[in-house]
Amino acid sequence: MPLNIRTYHELTEPDRSGLGEQIATQRRRLAARLAAVGRVVVVMSGKGGVGKSFVTAHLARALARAGRAVGVLDADLNGPTVAGLLEAGTARLVVGEDAVLPATGSDGVRLVSMAQLLADGQPLAFKGPPAESFVWRGAAEAGAIRELLADVAWGPLDVLLLDLPPGMQRFLELCDLLPAPPAVLTVTIPTPESRDAVRRALRAATERRSPLLGVVENMVDGPFAGTAGADLAVEFGVPVLARIPWHPTPDTWAVLAGRLG
Amino acid sequence: MKFLCVECDRQMTFEERQLPGDGTLAAAFRCPKCGRAVALLTNPMETQLVSSLGVKIGGATVPAEPLETIRGMVATGREDAFTEPVGRSDGRTVGLSWSAEAQDRLARVPGFVRGMVKKIYADYAKERGIGEITPAVMDAARSELGLEGM
Repeated sequence: MPLNIRTYHELTEPDRSGLGEQIATQRRRLAARLAAVGRVVVVMSGKGGVGKSFVTAHLARALARAGRAVGVLDADLNGPTVAGLLEAGTARLVVGEDAVLPATGSDGVRLVSMAQLLADGQPLAFKGPPAESFVWRGAAEAGAIRELLADVAWGPLDVLLLDLPPGMQRFLELCDLLPAPPAVLTVTIPTPESRDAVRRALRAATERRSPLLGVVENMVDGPFAGTAGADLAVEFGVPVLARIPWHPTPDTWAVLAGRLG
Repeated sequence: MKFLCVECDRQMTFEERQLPGDGTLAAAFRCPKCGRAVALLTNPMETQLVSSLGVKIGGATVPAEPLETIRGMVATGREDAFTEPVGRSDGRTVGLSWSAEAQDRLARVPGFVRGMVKKIYADYAKERGIGEITPAVMDAARSELGLEGM
């Protein structure tokens, strides 16, 4: 004789843990924190080594020089580099009453990065049972990203750039965390291999209904041959916003910043 | 998460949360009809998963601190990654910093009182809008607060 067990929703008395409500509260807090941010833009690529952080840092500086209020969140928790490029890699973060103040980097760009929080040269490691870390590490990283968005007093910003690690996992997490899918700026190098990897990322972004801002083709006059930027632009109906030479000038970044609007 | 007393067909009520050690998280529930209590015990991996989500079984009793999960869970963090705000006379808020000489001097304070001493100096600086603690600031604090010997 099976036990007569009702469903979760048939038990209508208050659930004191309220785990669902706690998650909802986290999301409301994040949405409120970003309410004064004009646009959230993820800088992503399906591939590593194409210069996402380099593009993020210089684009942020160019936007700031053009008078925009710019924030950068280094969402590459395991390989944070953008803070160093913005000359605030070792800045200490000031803890306020309900939020942490972002550091101020080159040209007044506000930023937060795991580089500022980790001991020199140390990898990101979490306290906890190492034997089963594959079970909870992803949740811990997603939780860290949520806090870096929701617990930092970003203030009014025209644009918040998120420098993503290679691959699509962080982008998908952000789509779940943010109130709306973020705009996507894609970085590639000219090679067919990069094109194929970035194509997957752009398809993931399309499936999540993220606005596609365009493609930045990096290292175009270096040793990498190919037409990845143009190919992706045609395939996805987006502009090539910039073709960044091996040795870009401030004008290179100013043009890119101007095209982003 | 809900618990059902099957015999009474009543939803059990959350009673208390404990961390009895060994990485275990215990959540106790009691049937409001028959009084029977049960406890949910999580293994260390499950406990960690709950912590990673930034939620608390039994409900959060106080608002979360900024970056609470990061500050509590990162094992390889910088000791001086965070600093307290100091409101300067020009209206700006800056982070409280310690000069290398002040840090060296603080390091010579016996470990069992170092945290307390550090807080005393930090509070002294914040109250006066001082952004950087130097040996001179420490001397002034000792003199003004009667802390000779610290």
